[in-house]
Amino acid sequence: MTTVASGRRAAREQARRRKARRGTIIAAVSSVIVLGGLAALILTSSGWPSVKATFFSWSAFKTSFPHVLRAFWTDVKLFLVVEVIVLIAGLVIALVRTTRAPAAFPLRVLATLWVDILRGVPTILVVYLVGFGVPALQLSGLPTDPVVLGGIALAMSYSAYVAEVYRAGIDSVHPSQRAAALAVGLTHTQAMRAVVLPQAVRRVMAPLLNDFISLQKDVALVSVLGPLEAFRVAQIFAAENFNYTPLIAAALLYLCVTVPLARVLDRMQAHSREVTAGTTPL
Amino acid sequence: MRPIRLLPPLLALAASLAIAACGSSTKTSSTTTSASAANCAPGKLALVKSGTLTVGTDKPGYPPYIIDDKPSNGKGFESAVSYAIAKQLGFAPSQVKWIVVPFNSSYAPGPKTFDFDINQISITPQRAKAVDFSSPYYTAPQAVLTYKGSKVANATSLADLKDAKLGVQVGTTSLSAVQDVIKPSQQPAVFNDSNDTVSALKNKSVDAIVVDLPTAIYLRDAELSNAKVVGQFAVPGGDRWGVVLKKGSGLTACVNQALAKLQSSGQLSAITKQWMNSSANAPELS
Repeated sequence: MTTVASGRRAAREQARRRKARRGTIIAAVSSVIVLGGLAALILTSSGWPSVKATFFSWSAFKTSFPHVLRAFWTDVKLFLVVEVIVLIAGLVIALVRTTRAPAAFPLRVLATLWVDILRGVPTILVVYLVGFGVPALQLSGLPTDPVVLGGIALAMSYSAYVAEVYRAGIDSVHPSQRAAALAVGLTHTQAMRAVVLPQAVRRVMAPLLNDFISLQKDVALVSVLGPLEAFRVAQIFAAENFNYTPLIAAALLYLCVTVPLARVLDRMQAHSREVTAGTTPL
Repeated sequence: MRPIRLLPPLLALAASLAIAACGSSTKTSSTTTSASAANCAPGKLALVKSGTLTVGTDKPGYPPYIIDDKPSNGKGFESAVSYAIAKQLGFAPSQVKWIVVPFNSSYAPGPKTFDFDINQISITPQRAKAVDFSSPYYTAPQAVLTYKGSKVANATSLADLKDAKLGVQVGTTSLSAVQDVIKPSQQPAVFNDSNDTVSALKNKSVDAIVVDLPTAIYLRDAELSNAKVVGQFAVPGGDRWGVVLKKGSGLTACVNQALAKLQSSGQLSAITKQWMNSSANAPELS
């Protein structure tokens, strides 16, 4: 009995290994064909030398990179601050939208309007309107720093997106959870805080991070208000030398922060899949 | 030379105010196009109307280029330049006849009703395909435009602008002027287009903006109610204006010759100083 079983198992494992090996070979061959073909297509195109000179010039990269890097610090500070504001404001808006208290009706209407309008207007328009509109009021006490104004505009726009992400999370928690919490004597607030929100936030972690990545790139929109952040500095260098390489340098910097976060996001999503499938504890 | 430049919005305004194009065809006589001095005698010039130098410009004309909308009064930068050219070519002021030529049709291809046209027309390769340009009679310097009562409103030198927050448009000669000539202690605010730059000045988000002088004069006189040109300073790469002549005109070489003489005698710079500096209320920043 046992020898038959182990013989079958060995055969099964051998077959599995064969299949895996075959998979690896196929992946390698298709990678070489597809990527190599693309590279060959680009490198042999008649315009490649001029593309290389205007987009991938090492000397232009070297001269502009330190300046672009210094300007990128503005972007980093801006998205870190804005992200914190967005996470808090988005949660508040989502809670307002999901509350059922009759007294909160006007707040609900305002929150709905906020989300509808700011999610429906292109972010760059919000940046323009806040950046040029608020100082035009000429009221003392209002911020005039373009970075601050741009940050406010981004926070407004992204709080609308993030509020909807939170709301989706809150709505996804089964009503029985809340009912059970109320049944054991928790108040509505306690039920929300201790039972609903923890589950809701865990479920929407991936989409929240997705919006965070999106925000990291969109801070470049603040450049229209005048501050010299990475994209603008790259643009200035590009215009000065008729060479787009500085823009590539800026793109690399944005990738340096978005790609690691994207990998974290992938792992979190994989983890949550396993949790849902029940193969891993929370 | 920079790829993008602040085209004086005045030109756009002039174009939009354009009156219907003149339709009469040009009478052309065949003459050689060589540029010897003898060929530039009034009798030998191929003119639209012999014995008269017909000069085109748009209507209305604005200060400091044309004063009182009367180019024939000899006042204003472009009127003065035209009469100086006419004199070099051997025409008395009474032999100069002004006609109205809308800005856009001045450099359109085809027959011309003028001997030359002067209308703040920037020399560009595209336009030069359709018409002849003289050598430039003006290269636009940069100007610092601020609002009355700002902290740089009374600046008299470039050094006085060091601590100012300056606004400027990306990809322009003005931006290089700020970075290479003024070298302000704080970073300039850099905007996508001239509207944003002007908005920032209106909002007082910046202390002053840097644009080319004709734009600054236009903004001060026509767009903004509370603006002041702090001053002007020359940088290479500014917009160059030439008088426009019919493509292949025999007159082009003669006008160039006249301009060269005006330049070497210092007359052109005197006219420029008088109208684009004193009269335009745009002092030189040292």
